Amino acid sequence: MNIRLKGRWWYLAIFLVAIALPHIVTSRYVGQIIIMGYLFSIATLSLNLILGYAGQASLAHAGFFGIGAYGVGLLTKGGVSFWIALPLSASLAAAIGFLVGLPTLRTRGSYFAISTLCLGVIISIVAGNWVQLTGGYTGVVGIPTPTPIRVPWTVEIRFDSLLAQYYLVLAFLILTMFAMHRIVHSLTGISFMAVRNNEMLAEAAGIDTFRVKLTAFVIADFFAGLAGGLYASIMGSISPSTASMELTFNWLVYLLIGGAATLGGPIIGAFVIPIIMESLQFLAQYRMLIFGVLLIVVIIYFPRGAMGAILQLGEKWRREWRKRQEEGPRVAASQRP
Amino acid sequence: MLLQARGLSKNFSGLVAVNSVDLDVAEGELLAIVGPNGAGKSVLFALISGIMKATGGSVYFRGEEITGLKPHLIARKGIGRTFQTTALFNQLRVVDNLAIGYRMRTSSGLFSTLLRTGKWREDTRRTMTRVAEVLEIIGLKEKAFHFASTLTQAEQRKLAIGIALMGYPKLLLLDEPTGGLTEEDTREISGLIARLHKDLKITICLIEHKMRMVMELAQRIVVLNFGSIIAEGAPEKIARDPKVIEAYLGVEHIADSQ
Repeated sequence: MNIRLKGRWWYLAIFLVAIALPHIVTSRYVGQIIIMGYLFSIATLSLNLILGYAGQASLAHAGFFGIGAYGVGLLTKGGVSFWIALPLSASLAAAIGFLVGLPTLRTRGSYFAISTLCLGVIISIVAGNWVQLTGGYTGVVGIPTPTPIRVPWTVEIRFDSLLAQYYLVLAFLILTMFAMHRIVHSLTGISFMAVRNNEMLAEAAGIDTFRVKLTAFVIADFFAGLAGGLYASIMGSISPSTASMELTFNWLVYLLIGGAATLGGPIIGAFVIPIIMESLQFLAQYRMLIFGVLLIVVIIYFPRGAMGAILQLGEKWRREWRKRQEEGPRVAASQRP
Repeated sequence: MLLQARGLSKNFSGLVAVNSVDLDVAEGELLAIVGPNGAGKSVLFALISGIMKATGGSVYFRGEEITGLKPHLIARKGIGRTFQTTALFNQLRVVDNLAIGYRMRTSSGLFSTLLRTGKWREDTRRTMTRVAEVLEIIGLKEKAFHFASTLTQAEQRKLAIGIALMGYPKLLLLDEPTGGLTEEDTREISGLIARLHKDLKITICLIEHKMRMVMELAQRIVVLNFGSIIAEGAPEKIARDPKVIEAYLGVEHIADSQ
């Protein structure tokens, strides 16, 4: 099984950096960018489950993000607690995913991609035109920040400061990673990969491939909705562009360059790509050319993206090291008289 | 009868690939299906295992009709199969390849996976135990943590059989398990097949071109040509059957003229 306990130290180190980060970086602007990076990491991680692990290209991912965002936005504005609105909206995204998956996941290959592409467009059109509910193209504004948590006899945790919001989003990112880690390193995760790798063999080996795909899709949509709900509450305003195709394609690029079917890849992608984007601002739309080429190069030479390359390198070093360890005593033995 | 096919047919918009085949496989039997290329052998397997939908006829397994069931349900009933072009999960390690074959015998769902409940641990443990058993049977213990894509041809065939073995099948359908292998590898695989049949008491139905191997291994042979059974019986009888000789000579003539 894929269960490997190595690399726990890395998790701990990154976790400590993430905890300390807001005290090192005090700029409000950078803080907001990092929060955004975390939110998009959650979205990309969930896209990774359906696309990277189960191999089904869901192109409606921003649509599900939007469902979560509108759900939380409208419910909390209507007075519902954020802590009820968030799971409710994420579940709504999952439920819609389930209904959409029922007919579309029965097909193989590109049909699912095409149907979800259409779904993504439909969701953003609905968001723009169902004016009574969604406020049309002006969107929903004045969404309250997450409801404070009242810890009995002690303090009240409020989420109106950037610092508190940072930790809130970080907590959800860790929750998402934890869930993804458990799913991926289990029989369930292996069956996702089996479906991606060889659907006909998986079916012949007794895997209900339709059910596996549906499960992956519903979980992915739940977490996309979760990310959307957090986004709405922290940004305070949303519009149909929150569910736009462009966002899906951004995540797709994060995923492919960061590394599909790895757990670190989506997070690397969600941070590195926006930074490159920002620093290439002077090139205006021509930077898309660079991204096009970069994407092609990565897909051809690094099918598992940056994270895949890192893992490969690590493996190589480990092998070198082991070889040197084995050679060491032998050399010593041969030098003995 | 373990498996019964009655009037099984497959029609690809006019082209008849399998034409009203009646096939009986008795429990404990080792049956070989032979026939020239394009005779419909692989299609017959696809119909039995549910990969393709029959255009006519029905299939019964242990007295129960399985016609039109999805492949994974047929696999769960106890029919394992391998494919002609070696099909593996080549992005995964050998152990994970095998684990997939046992998934149908475990049932821990999403919540037990997320919470790692006792049931999840029990299922994982059972899977690992079965993986170790099957690794022993197919003799791939040393390669357990290698990626399937890095295995040799013969090892890949063994792994394909291993995946099919994982779920305790009553019947194994092997589609050219030694196709394209060297003589030495062929002997190894046919040894494995003989052991599965004899020691594990698995009923086996195999498609094979190598006549020497078929003659040694099979208890009964069914000859297919143009989608129909043209002969069946004990190996010695089949070897002398004029219709069979003609079907094979015909193929050789075509092969010679190319």
